[in-house]
Amino acid sequence: MRFKPIAIVLIALLIPVTQALAERGSSGHVNIIYWQAPSILNPFLSGGTKDIESASLVIEPLARYDEQGNMVPWLAKDIPTVANGGVSEDLMSITWSISEGIEWSDGTPLTAHDVVFTAEYCMHPEGGCAQLNTFENVESVTAVDDYTVLITFSKPKPFPYGPFLGATSPIIQKAQFADCLGTKAPGCTDANFMPIGTGPFVVTDFRPNDVISMVANDNYRDPNKPAFATLTFKGGGDAAAAGRAVLETGEFDYAWNLQLAPSVIKNMEQAGKGKVVAAFGTAVERIMINLTNPDPALGDERSTRAHPHPFMSDIRVRKALSMAIDRSILNEIGYGDTGRPTCNVLPAPAIYASTANDDCLIQDVEGANQLLEEAGWVMGSDGIRAKDGVSLSILYQTSTNPVRQDFQALIKQWWSQIGVETELRNIDASVFFGGDPGSPDTYQKHFADLEMYTNLFDGTDPENYMNSWRCGAEPTPENGWQGVNMPRYCSEEYDSLLDEMAGTGDLETRIELAKAMNDMLMEEFIMLPLIHRGRVSAHANSLGGVILNTWDSELWNAADWTRQ
Amino acid sequence: MFDYTIRRTLLAIPTLLFISLILFLLLDLAPGDPTANLPLTIPPEVKEKIRLSLGLGEPLAIRYLLWLQQFFINEPLHYLTEITGWDLSGDRQRVLSWQSRSPVADVIAQRIPQTLWVVGMSYVVGVLIALPIGIISAYRQYSWFDQVGTFVSMIGFSVPTFFTGVLLIVVFSVELGWFPSIYDTTHVVEDWSSFVFQVKQMIMPTMVLALYNAAQISRFMRASMLDNLNQDFVRTARAKGLRESTVILVHVLRNSMIPVVTVIALGVPTVFGGAIITEQVFKVNGLGQLLITAIQANDIPMVQSLTFVFAILIVAFNLIADILYGVLDPRIRYD
Amino acid sequence: MTEISLAPGSRSTRPRSQWLDVWDQFRTHRGALAGTGFFVFVLFGVTIGPFVWTIDPQYIDILARDSGMSLAHPLGTDQLGRDTLARLIVGGQTSVAVGLTAMLLSLFLGTLVGVTAGYVRWLDGPLMRLTDLFLALPLLPLLLVIIMLFRETLRASFGPEAGIFVLIVVVISITSWMQTARIVRGDVLSLKEREYVLAAVSIGTPGRRIVVRHILPNVLSPIMVSATLGIANAIITESALSFLGLGFPSDFPTWGRLLYDAIDYLQQYPGRVVWPGLAISLTVLAVNYIGDGLRDALDPRIRGR
Repeated sequence: MRFKPIAIVLIALLIPVTQALAERGSSGHVNIIYWQAPSILNPFLSGGTKDIESASLVIEPLARYDEQGNMVPWLAKDIPTVANGGVSEDLMSITWSISEGIEWSDGTPLTAHDVVFTAEYCMHPEGGCAQLNTFENVESVTAVDDYTVLITFSKPKPFPYGPFLGATSPIIQKAQFADCLGTKAPGCTDANFMPIGTGPFVVTDFRPNDVISMVANDNYRDPNKPAFATLTFKGGGDAAAAGRAVLETGEFDYAWNLQLAPSVIKNMEQAGKGKVVAAFGTAVERIMINLTNPDPALGDERSTRAHPHPFMSDIRVRKALSMAIDRSILNEIGYGDTGRPTCNVLPAPAIYASTANDDCLIQDVEGANQLLEEAGWVMGSDGIRAKDGVSLSILYQTSTNPVRQDFQALIKQWWSQIGVETELRNIDASVFFGGDPGSPDTYQKHFADLEMYTNLFDGTDPENYMNSWRCGAEPTPENGWQGVNMPRYCSEEYDSLLDEMAGTGDLETRIELAKAMNDMLMEEFIMLPLIHRGRVSAHANSLGGVILNTWDSELWNAADWTRQ
Repeated sequence: MFDYTIRRTLLAIPTLLFISLILFLLLDLAPGDPTANLPLTIPPEVKEKIRLSLGLGEPLAIRYLLWLQQFFINEPLHYLTEITGWDLSGDRQRVLSWQSRSPVADVIAQRIPQTLWVVGMSYVVGVLIALPIGIISAYRQYSWFDQVGTFVSMIGFSVPTFFTGVLLIVVFSVELGWFPSIYDTTHVVEDWSSFVFQVKQMIMPTMVLALYNAAQISRFMRASMLDNLNQDFVRTARAKGLRESTVILVHVLRNSMIPVVTVIALGVPTVFGGAIITEQVFKVNGLGQLLITAIQANDIPMVQSLTFVFAILIVAFNLIADILYGVLDPRIRYD
Repeated sequence: MTEISLAPGSRSTRPRSQWLDVWDQFRTHRGALAGTGFFVFVLFGVTIGPFVWTIDPQYIDILARDSGMSLAHPLGTDQLGRDTLARLIVGGQTSVAVGLTAMLLSLFLGTLVGVTAGYVRWLDGPLMRLTDLFLALPLLPLLLVIIMLFRETLRASFGPEAGIFVLIVVVISITSWMQTARIVRGDVLSLKEREYVLAAVSIGTPGRRIVVRHILPNVLSPIMVSATLGIANAIITESALSFLGLGFPSDFPTWGRLLYDAIDYLQQYPGRVVWPGLAISLTVLAVNYIGDGLRDALDPRIRGR
C-alpha cells in the first residue's frame, strides 16, 4: 500500500522527463536568478510572486496545476471530484486524501493535522494572511483521520479547489508554526525564513531581499531526486541583467520573467549560452476606459458613477478608439513571440476563449473616422474632433515601464489620426498599483480617461475574475477606493449572468456563461484588450527538465531539473 | 573646541529627534502602500486585512511613538540581552520590516559587509586618486596632465553610473569574460583563491564608483589649490627658501583642505547609504539596494530606520568636518 | 597697469570698466573661449535646430524603426522609428533649460545659506541643522510627496508644460543645494578671519559690503565647481524624475531620458547611447571651461599678470 500513491505521483512527474537515471545530488549546483528578490519564504505573509515561487521549492500544496492548466495530485492521492465522491453532491464539501509516507524535511510524517493547521493559520482573523482569498467561503477544515481532510463551505462551491491548490496555498508544518498564529506570525522569523517543507530543497541560509542558499532534501519522497545537491537563488537587479547572466555570460542557469523588448532578448539569445522559453497564462494587457467623469472640478465625486463621462459614455467613441489600434504592431514592438494580439479580456484557458470579437485584430483608421463622423464628432481646425463644445482630448495613464511607454506613444499617434488628442502620463508602479487612498495617481482612482495595465487571475477558473466588473465593485470614496471595477461598468444583464455562473457546477454551462460575459464586455468596448501576454523565462542550455508553467509556480518541477 | 564638541553633541540629540519626526511624517505622507507590489489577484479586502495586521490602522502619533520605543529602547535592550545573556528585553517587540517580517537591525547588519567592501573601498580609492590628481592639476595648471584630468573627470560625473556600469559588464563580463557580472554576497574570503575571486567581483563596481567620486573630489581639490597658490603666504614661504615640495604640500595644501574636507565628510555617510544604482547594476545587494527595495515596497519601518541611521551619520560627520576646520585653520572660532 | 595699456589706443576718455578687464582676461583663456563657443553652438542648435531639421521628434515611422545612419536619419532612429537627431535637438532644449535653471537656483540657495551661516554667527547653528535635515531626507519619498502635493496646483496655474518645468527646477534645486552650502560656509568661516576682512571690518565697512566685495569673490572657485557638478546632476536627475511620473510625459524627449532608454540596446545600437551621452558630457565640459575662465578672469591677482 505504501508504494501505490508514490507511484502515482512518480508517474505524473516522470511523463515529461526522460533522464530518470539521475541520482539525488549527482548534478551538483544550480543557480537561479529572479530580478525581484524574495523577502520571506512564507507565502501566507507575503503575496509577492517572488516569495511564492521561491517558497515553492520548499513547501508544497495538495495539488498543483501542470503546464496545461490541468490539476495534478501532488501531496494528495488524487483530485477529488463529484464523480469519485471526493466532492459532495450539494457542492458544500470536499474531501482530500493525503498520500501516506510523505515526510517533512525533518523526518516527521506529513499528516492531515498539518493541513488543518495550515487553514487555521491563514484563516486567523488577526494574521493578515495574504492568501485568504483561497479560503473564501470555507466554514471548517477538519481531519477525518490522519490522512483525510474534510473542508466544508458556507455556500455551494462549483469550484471547490481554492484551498491547498497551487503555489499560493501550500501546506506548512504544524510543529514549526504552532506558536505563530495571528499577531505572533511576524515574530517567527526563523520559521518564516526557513520553513520546514516536503519539497525537494531545504533552506540553509536566507538573506531577505538578497540570496537564498538551499540543499537537497534528504527526506524527499523520490529517493533519486532532486538531481541538484545545492541551489542558489539570487535576487535583485533588473530583467536585462538577469537575462544577460543566463543567456550571455552563463553565470546563472535560470532567469525568471524577462520583460524585455523582443529584439533585446533575441540579441541575447544569439550568444548561444541559453534558451528563452515562453508560455501563456491568463495575463492580458488592456486599456480600461473610464465611463465616469474624472474632471478635477467635481471634487469628491470625481471618477464616480454620479457623473457619466462627457464623451467616453458614447459607445461609438470607445469603438473608434479600439478600431484605430493596430494590435499586431504593438505585439511586434513590445512582445514578439512572447505575446499575441487579442480581442478578449478572457483569452485563456483555451476552453473559455471566445472568437466572436476577432474583428478588432485588424486596424481600421478610416472606419473609425467614419464612425466618429456619423456620431457627430466633427473635426476641428486643430485636427481634434468635437461635439457640443466637448472635444476628444484624452488623458492616458499607465505605470512606468519601457514597453508601456512605447505603446502609449504608438497609440497616441494612431488616435491623432482619428482626431483624438492624447496626453500621456506614466506613474511609478509602486504608486500606481499602491492603492494609497491619499494619492491621486492610483489605478483604482482612475483620475484619467484611460488607463493601461495587465491583469490576470490565478488558477483556471474565471468566476472571480469576471466578478470584477459587477455593478457595485467599483472603487469609490465610500469604500476607500478599494474596488476592482476600474471602468465603473454597471449592467444588470451582466450581473445576472454572474449570478447564474455562481450557481452552476456544470463546466459546459460555465464556459458558455464566461464567454457570454467576455463578449458582452467586448461588444460594449468597456475595456480594450491589447495583448495576451506570455511569461518569458530563460534557462541555460545545460539545464534540463525545465517546463515553464504559468498556472502555478515556475519552479513547480524543480525536482526534475538536471544537468545535461 | 572641546566645549564646542560637547555642546554640538548634546544639541545633536534634539536635532536627530526632530529629523526622525520629519522623516516619519514624510514617509507617512508619501503615496504608496505596502500591498502595492502584491499581484492584482489578491482582492482588496485581503489587502486591507494585511494593512491592519501591519499596524496601519493605528493613528499616526501612536505609530511614531511605537517606532521611537522600538528603536531607542527595545533594540538596545535586545543587544544588551545578546551580549550579557540576561533577559532584559523580554517580550519587547523589535523594529520589524514589513517585507520580510524580520528585525530591521538584523537585515541592516547583514548588508554592511558588502557595502563596506564595495562602496567603502571605492570611496577610499576615489579619495586616494583624487587628491594627487587635484594637487598636480592645480600646480601644473593647463598642462596636458591637467587637461586630460579635466576631461576624464567631466566624463566621470556627467556620464551616469547606470551607463558606465552596464558598459563595463558588457565589455568585461559578456565579451571578455574576465569578471562576474553578479556579485556573490555569500562569498567568504578564506584563502588566496577566494581572495582573488573577491577582488574580481569587486573590481567593476568599485571602479565605477571610484571614478565618480574621484571626479568630484579632484575638481574641488584643484580649485581650492589654485585659490591658494597665488596667496601672499606662499610667496613668503618661497622667499624664506623653503623647498617647493614643502611649500606645496604643507602650506598650500593645508589651507586648501577646507572645501575638500567638507566634500569628503559629506561623502562618508553616503558610503553607508550605499550606491543605489551601482548596487542594482552589479547586484551587490548592499544598503543602497536595501533602501530602494524598501522604498519601492513602502516598507516604512525599514526606510525609517535606515534613513535615520544615515541621519545620525550625516550629523556626526558634519560635526567632524567642523572640528577639522578648526584644526586646519586655527583662526576659525565657533564660540 | 590697466591705464597704461589703455592710454595709447583709446579715443574715449571714459574710464575703463572692471567688466571690460574681466572680458579681456577671459579672452586670453583658450579653454574658456572654446567652451563658450561650444556652449553657444549648443544653445543655437537646440533653439534654431528644430527649424532647420524639421522632422517631428514624436513622429513614429514604424517601418523605419531601428535604422542606422542614413541621409533621411543622420543619427538613425529608435525602436519606434522616431528620428534620433530630432529627438536630440528637442531633448536638448529641455535638458539645457532645466540644467541651467536648476543649477543657478541651487547655487543661489546654497551660496545664500552658506554665506549667511558662515558670516552670521547666530544663524550658523540653525541653518546648518536645516542642512543636515535636508541631507537626511530620502530623495524618492520626498519627490513622491512633492508630486502629490503640488502637481495639480502648478498645472492649474502655469499650464501643463510650464507647470512641470517649474516643479522640476524647484525640486532639483531644493534637493541639491546642501553641498554648496556646506562648502561655501566652510570657506567663509576661514575667510572672515583673514587680515583683509578684519581690516575692512575695522574701518567700519558694513557687513553686506564685506560679503559682496571681499568674501564672495574668494569663494567663487568652489562655487564654479559646484556649478559644473550641478548642471550634470540636474540633467540626469531630470530623467530620473520622469520615471517617477514627475517629469515631462514619456514621449517628451530629454537627453537623460534618451540615454536611459537606450541602455537596453547598448550592444545592438551603441549609437543611441553615445549621442545623448556625448551631448551631456560635452555640455558639462563646456560649462566647466567657462567656469575656469571666469574664475581666472575674476581673480585680480591672475588678471594683473
